[in-house]
Amino acid sequence: MNDASTTDEPIVDHEPTPRDQLGGPLVVLDGVNKYFGELHVLQDIDLTVHRGEVLVVIGPSGSGKSTLCRAINRLETISSGQISIDGVPLPEEGKALARLRSDVGMVFQSFNLFAHKTVLENVTLGPLKVRGMKSAAAKQEAMDLLDRVGVANQAQKMPAQLSGGQQQRVAIARALAMNPKVMLFDEPTSALDPEMINEVLDVMVGLAKEGMTMVVVTHEMGFARKAAHRVVFMDAGRIVEEAEPEVFFTAPTSDRAKDFLSKILTH
Amino acid sequence: MDSVIESLPKLWDGFTTTLFLAVVSGVLSLVVGTVLAAFRVSPLRSLRIIGATIVEIGRNTPLTLVFVFFVFILPTTGYILPLGRVPAVIALTVYTSAFVCEAVRSGINSVGVGQAEAARAIGLGTVQTLSLVVIPQALRTVVPPLINVLIALTKNTSVAAGFAVVELTATGRSLARDFPTDVLWMLGGVAFFYLVITIPAGTIAGAIERRVVFSR
Ligand SMILES: Nc1ncnc2c1ncn2[C@@H]1O[C@H](COP(=O)(O)OP(=O)(O)O)[C@@H](O)[C@H]1O
Ligand SMILES: [Mg+2]
Repeated sequence: MNDASTTDEPIVDHEPTPRDQLGGPLVVLDGVNKYFGELHVLQDIDLTVHRGEVLVVIGPSGSGKSTLCRAINRLETISSGQISIDGVPLPEEGKALARLRSDVGMVFQSFNLFAHKTVLENVTLGPLKVRGMKSAAAKQEAMDLLDRVGVANQAQKMPAQLSGGQQQRVAIARALAMNPKVMLFDEPTSALDPEMINEVLDVMVGLAKEGMTMVVVTHEMGFARKAAHRVVFMDAGRIVEEAEPEVFFTAPTSDRAKDFLSKILTH
Repeated sequence: MDSVIESLPKLWDGFTTTLFLAVVSGVLSLVVGTVLAAFRVSPLRSLRIIGATIVEIGRNTPLTLVFVFFVFILPTTGYILPLGRVPAVIALTVYTSAFVCEAVRSGINSVGVGQAEAARAIGLGTVQTLSLVVIPQALRTVVPPLINVLIALTKNTSVAAGFAVVELTATGRSLARDFPTDVLWMLGGVAFFYLVITIPAGTIAGAIERRVVFSR
């Protein structure tokens, strides 16, 4: 990973929303299990993300972080347990599921911008086709969002013409265009060249400060320290440890977390 | 040579019948084949099974047998189909749809799963995900094989000659009987009219192919 680029930054002792001012439960996972065939990828996961909370999920490769993230908007079905968002259990299929997904923004490691659409069209597609917005309003809002993530001048380009960092910022704008209740980020900077990581993290820190509820799978300690309320450490499909970022990074309690941190710190 | 000119009106009739069979079956096959492809990539297992069954039957049955079924056997079950163009169109459509389906499906599979996941993640339903994101990108890979399928369809319309449809091949056969000394000329005339359909099809295909290509 590219952690070296951010771990040396000064520790910012600032939290977006004070912990005691967080809202009620927004994303609730209750006894969630997931199997891929014989492989028990998520094991008895209980996790609650509160409104306005920024949760960082960290853990070794293959520990189930992506699966956890994808289960929250049902890109991955679960084998048992329950997941609910804003009090509503995830629908199985169909319109209700689509509606729920429109309230959950997702940012992928590999950006996944629609390759046949311009940057602007990438951002307006959801508002036009899912929310039924008028074209002019959707465009205006999309341009505002693109401006906010710093790529407004690329609006008419195709995704392939943009750098990775720019593409990922467009992907964030695309998710934000739906006015999501919560944003999921699955290793949003892992596919980026080191010099582009911060431009994406800066956008994410900005979101956190504005009170967006976020679940972020990342190994970027700088981001976790700056923006996260809580760090969850996963290993082999289980949540092994959870703590405030400072506590987790300076004084992890489990051996597995210690071992993992020593490995990513020496990189 | 004179006999060919003399026979032009008949050849023209045969040509329009062939064109009718090719165009109508072609359009229907594109529609049915695309629907079958949607079945085959659907999240619903039952739809996938239905799609796969129809496609495997269509793809692995000789066209003549499909014709026999729709021209002779199906009417005995009570669904009376008039002999002629209608059962021919049905037989050609059933057969060709299977190939259209496979071309469309391989095109859909050529689009990365991340594209469909991103589409679903912003709240697009299955149909919107396919029609707005996956199919427009799949078209790029799908157009060339699809044109081959349609050119094959044009040639396959000649099977209808064996089932009381007087299209180009049937016309050629009867003209060859009428002018036994000019058989080669007659067959040349028939071949020419097939080319009138297939060569422009190939040219249009090339143009479409260039249009749907986009940079990734
Ligand atoms: N579609 C899949 N089919 C089978 N196994 C999978 C699939 N996706 C992930 N896995 C397995 O599940 C485990 C957890 O994967 P993942 O959630 O991607 O981990 P992480 O994101 O923490 O690296 C890994 O062992 C991985 O190989
Ligand atoms: Mg992962």
